[in-house]
Amino acid sequence: MSERRGNLSVHTTHADGGALVELSGEVDLRSSPDLHGRLIEISDTRPAHLILELSGVNYMDSSGVGTMVDLKRRVEGGGGRFVLVGLQPRVRSVLEITQLDKFFTITSTVDEARKR
Amino acid sequence: MKTSAKLSTSMRSDPRELAAMRERIEAWLIPQGWDTTAVTEIVLAVDEALTNVIRHAYHGRTTEPIELRCGAVHDAERGDGVEIVIRDYGRQTALEDICGRDLNELRPGGLGVHIIRSTMDRADYSHAEGGGMTLVMRKYRRSADSSESVPARDP
Repeated sequence: MSERRGNLSVHTTHADGGALVELSGEVDLRSSPDLHGRLIEISDTRPAHLILELSGVNYMDSSGVGTMVDLKRRVEGGGGRFVLVGLQPRVRSVLEITQLDKFFTITSTVDEARKR
Repeated sequence: MKTSAKLSTSMRSDPRELAAMRERIEAWLIPQGWDTTAVTEIVLAVDEALTNVIRHAYHGRTTEPIELRCGAVHDAERGDGVEIVIRDYGRQTALEDICGRDLNELRPGGLGVHIIRSTMDRADYSHAEGGGMTLVMRKYRRSADSSESVPARDP
């Protein structure tokens, strides 16, 4: 399922009891509230994993980081795995500045994320 | 290359205007010779400050004014730098209540001030005459090892 949420495109596929959400665009105060709501809908189904593919995300601010923190807790609280994939340098630097780069499981590819 | 150009601009407190403002600030910085890392950090700090204004000064109202003034500064020790002043006309926050949160406290929200402090050399809030707040942020080309900031808004 593909959706356009402000300056962000969201494509979701479900397989193997989990969800892969591919994002493209910018995650900021404009897009993160809707994104947060969409991801909560997915986490409420208690997926085996929620993989966020972020290679198409060229900007993320603290509202996006906050969304990731909340979703990781929700998914892992339900017994699932939460993995971030394909971070661009700008997005990775925001996680490093907020010292959350070690908090998240981060991989380079979706295949690698599925094996985690 | 020295920062000599000035930029005065404004936006409404609408999240849909954030991307355009980020592009405007980036386009202003790049010709002045700031490296990619510094541009990324300054743009991120401006975005976080604007986001805080929209959220906390205007409580999400989307038609309120936000003004930005950007220009050059010089410090005897750190050399040339940039100063960005962000002015709003919203709710005034007690300066002693403006603080970031402990990063060890893992929860969504409250990260904006930490980002501003980490990426800029100074971030000084004050109550503006006639209402609202003024944030003065500075970043030097030769930054100090540790950030020199005073508490910033992000309840």
